[in-house]
Amino acid sequence: MPVLVSLLCGLLFGAGLAVGGMTNPAKVIGFLDVTGAWDPSLAFVMGGALSVNAAAYALTRRRSAPLFAERFTLPTLLDVDRELVTGAALFGVGWGLVGLCPGPALASLLRGELPVYAFVLPMTAGMWLERRRRLYSAGGHR
Amino acid sequence: MIAASFTPASSLLGGAMIGLAAALLLLANGKVAGVSGILARCLAPERGDLAWRIAFLCGLPLGATFVIWLTGDPHGFSISDRFPVLVAGGLLVGFGTSLGGGCTSGHGVCGLARGSKRSLLATLTFMATGALTVFVARHVLGAG
Repeated sequence: MPVLVSLLCGLLFGAGLAVGGMTNPAKVIGFLDVTGAWDPSLAFVMGGALSVNAAAYALTRRRSAPLFAERFTLPTLLDVDRELVTGAALFGVGWGLVGLCPGPALASLLRGELPVYAFVLPMTAGMWLERRRRLYSAGGHR
Repeated sequence: MIAASFTPASSLLGGAMIGLAAALLLLANGKVAGVSGILARCLAPERGDLAWRIAFLCGLPLGATFVIWLTGDPHGFSISDRFPVLVAGGLLVGFGTSLGGGCTSGHGVCGLARGSKRSLLATLTFMATGALTVFVARHVLGAG
């Protein structure tokens, strides 16, 4: 059942990205281009998503467990650290260069466009590299 | 100046669908709908933690493709054809989201909805460097 729900969530998430126009990299770049012909659409996508999702988080505070799992698996890190800011900064540069972030990149895989694969393969490699780096770095961040 | 491509209604609707998907994943399975984290943790999965990730990730292109087929893709699709840019962008997005613990969905949609201070800082940071990158690429270097 949890796997089926996950598939449904992925379908709805991908459908939402396409309905909202986030599957077009040029449109995302149009949002980031604040000094040019600005396209605020992405802010509306985030606003819509945030308002619905915030209601769900409010509900989790009244429930002790989700429907099909033993507990809520939520991020445990609370403090701001250098890795958070450095990582977000690097992500933003890549996002601005191409106009794709992980969700829309994966959602575009069935378009059969070569540039999508030229982005998604290095993206996955970048994640793998960063996780390797963690294994070898002393210091103990998880 | 607001671009002619601005689509407030469909973007708000699409956003609500994304929010609903994230809410369902949370309330049913107790998981955060952060795409970069769901993908990154597939690379070294913990026992019993892989199937729901694969199912979610498969849903993304299927759901998007269905809508594109149904609606005739009114938003269109336009992407850089310069492979060095695509590869560099992909590496930065993958490495950066893994290091920073989230992307537009994990930090921007789920973290902000939770009121997370880390996610607020991350979102402001990637919005800022994203906007700066587009400014430099488009208005300083004059590319696309």
